Amino acid sequence: MLSMIDIQKIRADFPILNREVNGKPLIYFDNAATSQTPQVVIDAIVEYYTVYNANIHRGVHTLSQEATDAYEVARKKVQQHFNAKHDYEMILTAGTTHAINIVATGFTSFLKEGDEIIVSAMEHHSNIVPWQMLCERTGASLKVIPMTEQGVLMMDVYEELLSKKTKLVFVNHVSNALGTVNPIEFIIEKAHAVGAAVLLDGAQATPHLKPDVQALDVDFYVASAHKLCGPTGVGVLYGKEEWLNKLPPYQGGGDMIDQVTFEKTTYAGLPFKFEAGTPNICGGIAFGVALDYLNDLGFENIAAYEKELLDYATKALKEIEGLRIYGEADEKTAVISFNVGNIHPYDIGTIVDKLGVAVRTGHHCAQPIMDFFKIPGTVRASFAFYNTKEEIDTFVEAVKKAVMMLS
Amino acid sequence: MSIKEIQDEIVSEFEMFDDWMQRYEYMIELGKDLPLIDEQYKTDDNIIKGCQSKVWVHADLEGEQLNFTADSDAIITKGIIAILIRAFSGQHPKDIMEADMNFIDEIGLKEHLSPTRANGLVSMIKQLKLYAVAYQTQLK
Repeated sequence: MLSMIDIQKIRADFPILNREVNGKPLIYFDNAATSQTPQVVIDAIVEYYTVYNANIHRGVHTLSQEATDAYEVARKKVQQHFNAKHDYEMILTAGTTHAINIVATGFTSFLKEGDEIIVSAMEHHSNIVPWQMLCERTGASLKVIPMTEQGVLMMDVYEELLSKKTKLVFVNHVSNALGTVNPIEFIIEKAHAVGAAVLLDGAQATPHLKPDVQALDVDFYVASAHKLCGPTGVGVLYGKEEWLNKLPPYQGGGDMIDQVTFEKTTYAGLPFKFEAGTPNICGGIAFGVALDYLNDLGFENIAAYEKELLDYATKALKEIEGLRIYGEADEKTAVISFNVGNIHPYDIGTIVDKLGVAVRTGHHCAQPIMDFFKIPGTVRASFAFYNTKEEIDTFVEAVKKAVMMLS
Repeated sequence: MSIKEIQDEIVSEFEMFDDWMQRYEYMIELGKDLPLIDEQYKTDDNIIKGCQSKVWVHADLEGEQLNFTADSDAIITKGIIAILIRAFSGQHPKDIMEADMNFIDEIGLKEHLSPTRANGLVSMIKQLKLYAVAYQTQLK
């Protein structure tokens, strides 16, 4: 467990936490949108461009070799972090959305009319649209696992939806709007029993826990670096080797080829088959450094401390009259989505921003969830391990002030 | 009064407050006086895109004067649109088209003017001016 002394030390690692917003010290509670960046990661980015910026996998010169080595070391770190069997099962992408699209596009050749894809009712738009497009291309249909008022997926309905027609099940490991941790072990086991593949979106889970893709036996797992203290524009697609070999390439270009003639091109092996063009080299390297930073802190420590923040904030917020929290699963990450009475979330977000607190307002790219609760959106506060209880106190006071002004 | 005179009047009202909280509270008050849009015009077509909250606007031409009514599901947004409508309603479309909007800056709402800001103040101004352009053509 992280002590208060540790937290102060950790906060010193994040230069942005020293700045002010609207004349008030910044309180950053929009971590589910993107996390802040520790100095070691910033240093790695500066070092890359200062010392060894070069294109990778092709040059014979020293700089290119150094950059290639650093990039491949980063891939190894990503592999170890997710405990994948092979480093070439880790495709470095531009982010979670890109990674999902690689799989969704690739599945076009595997699906036919009558096949089914199952998604959950608590998906981010990026997790709905690619599957709708896939269904349009192939004639497959989309089934949805419904959720309860508490924001928990109904596993009994899920079991009924599964059949021999199910080819792919796609759920987020953790919901971005509600924070619910979904029962992925059960979902994977039942999907495999009917021969369906499972793709998990780990964008919201990975900042809080460390998934073991082998233990989970999951077919695909995707995540973004920028939610893990890394830079934007980098993510990862984990795929089991046999799946990645079957899946056709997503984009054509340099780095993904073996032989090219005008008659025929043969593709490179894994992971390069899916990494056409010059990748975000610096970003990939910085992603590796960010994972080192988080692993040094320890995910168990992070989770325990964030749980403490979540419980503390939940209790304090609930004391505000008329406040309703959306997403009250027993298993949830440090995310609180809420509204107060009929006050529009945008109004609360605007006032608390004036008081120096950054929260997200709106539908969180999850309109179906908002439709389910019949609300225009929510205010979402999401915590990270560098936040404190004192910040939560200030935030709760800010919400109270906003409510006073707005009602 | 001309648009410029109304804008100056609004600016002087806001100058009475020294902190942002009072200014916001006043803006919320102004929202309460907003000439409300008739329910029949509260359609998806009349929603201004680019706002996190919903804003509906309707325009009516009376003689050579353009009158606006509006509503929003968010209180602050309602205040913002009320300020704009107060400056524009009852004016000639041509004057609305040509109106300078610097007064927004002067009443301390400059941060709302950024085109990427999700409240859509810029979209609101654009929509009101579009109505003016449309009716100006009709007048000709």
